Amino acid sequence: MARIIVVTSGKGGVGKTTTSAAIAMGLAKKGHKTAVIDFDVGLRNLDLIMGCERRVVYDFINVINGEASLNQALIRDKNCNLLYILPASQTRDKDALSQEGVGRVLEELSKDFEYIVCDSPAGIEKGANLALYYADDAFIVTNPEISSVRDSDRMLGILSSKSRRAEVNEDPIKEYLLVTRYDSSRVKSGEMLSLEDIQEILSLELLGIIPESKSVLTASNQGTPVILDEKSEAGQAYADVVARYLGEKKPHRFIDGKKGFLRKFFGGRS
Amino acid sequence: MSIDPQRTPNTLPILEFKSSSTLFVPILILYSNDLHNVEQSLYEKINQAPDFFRNSPLVFDVQELNKRAQDLDITVLASLLRRIGLFPIGIRGGSEQQNKQAEELFIAIDAIRSSDSSSVPAETPKPAVIIPDASPTSAAVKPTAIPLPAAIPTTIISHPIRSGQRIYAKGDLIILSQVSAGAEIMAEGNIHVYNTLRGRALAGVQGNKDARIFCFDLQAELISIAGDYKTSEDLDKSLRKKPVQIYLQDRALIIKDIA
Repeated sequence: MARIIVVTSGKGGVGKTTTSAAIAMGLAKKGHKTAVIDFDVGLRNLDLIMGCERRVVYDFINVINGEASLNQALIRDKNCNLLYILPASQTRDKDALSQEGVGRVLEELSKDFEYIVCDSPAGIEKGANLALYYADDAFIVTNPEISSVRDSDRMLGILSSKSRRAEVNEDPIKEYLLVTRYDSSRVKSGEMLSLEDIQEILSLELLGIIPESKSVLTASNQGTPVILDEKSEAGQAYADVVARYLGEKKPHRFIDGKKGFLRKFFGGRS
Repeated sequence: MSIDPQRTPNTLPILEFKSSSTLFVPILILYSNDLHNVEQSLYEKINQAPDFFRNSPLVFDVQELNKRAQDLDITVLASLLRRIGLFPIGIRGGSEQQNKQAEELFIAIDAIRSSDSSSVPAETPKPAVIIPDASPTSAAVKPTAIPLPAAIPTTIISHPIRSGQRIYAKGDLIILSQVSAGAEIMAEGNIHVYNTLRGRALAGVQGNKDARIFCFDLQAELISIAGDYKTSEDLDKSLRKKPVQIYLQDRALIIKDIA
């Protein structure tokens, strides 16, 4: 059985799709056969971040409606042959998703994959609710600002009450906190919430901190998940996140923004 | 802690206080079922910090005793704790029999979490424990030190109340975890929050003017008793982030530090 991970936040623009792409790639790179699904029907983005937008023929909705088989719709990643992408439909809206249909697709994927990453749309409407409904684990993506933290808190409430696990009284979804776009200098100057503030409000296990980094935008524009940019801090931070999720013990990095001696010397990329 | 070798020849401590990673409530871990010794050790501990322990709620942990098959009557322990001025609100590591006793005394049953403080607090949120009305069959309940209003159901919740969630309790409402901003908790009776209260708390919503709100850390957006309310803007800044009780006196909301 596959482990189903939902990447969610409530708020938009915090880095859900970037995170979905990075961790799906990270899991596949570690040798786990992984599928990543774009639940943002009508606002398809994941294919761009993954760099497979020109290979989309069939999509998630086609599979749900029985117009295409799963094998026809899944796109194999060009960088890693253990990673597959199931793109969203750009011409439909969230009403095309049904709980039963999503369940059927996930069940079929579960037979063949170890991890299924569900990239949730923003909001708390149908798309987001269905993305989290079947999840076993949740990555809560939060930016260090108060509206993002509150939306994440709201999402945590929905995870614990409206998921399949909650409805059938199984063990609850395991929740992990991911703080993205973290800028230590702005935290020091008080413009951003500190990690302690965020953790105090959400009281969640911190899985990782992704520092604000130019390499994220560069990677998105190039269509390669940032985790493949091993020189960038964001790429390394995502690699740490995947390792921690898989049970490795790794200390948190990029909290105080200190640069190594060599980096300071040569002015390495941030 | 210091151990008096004469009283504990087996060198094991009789009891120990620990802070909890998930609750802002001290945990009393018992290593001896000799209640005479327990009482004496407790007095010694409390005398070291009387203000800290006075009327403090606490969760007691009998796991160590049960590991060594030392039985303990929860009713007797609870009345001992109350006599000393402590307020037992939860039991950990109890046997089935002990948990049943605790339930009859309106003491919440708290699942043991790993002692590792890095564990996720919300890892195993339990469903709300709703203690049913004392039915005629439970008439055999032993009298406790403090008479409890047995007929009113109490709702006990040990998981966090997140933004957007609403809780309504017909009787008293006890919450052992945090209440987030944007959450709303309502009770026809009293509200106890043994953690941070950031959301809205409305006690006595059916008009009970004697209802009170107790919380460990007041950061509420709104508090109300029997319809009289204050928003966080109207709250005295000196009481923010303090343990307080809130009650109604001559139609005015009184907020008092209980530390």
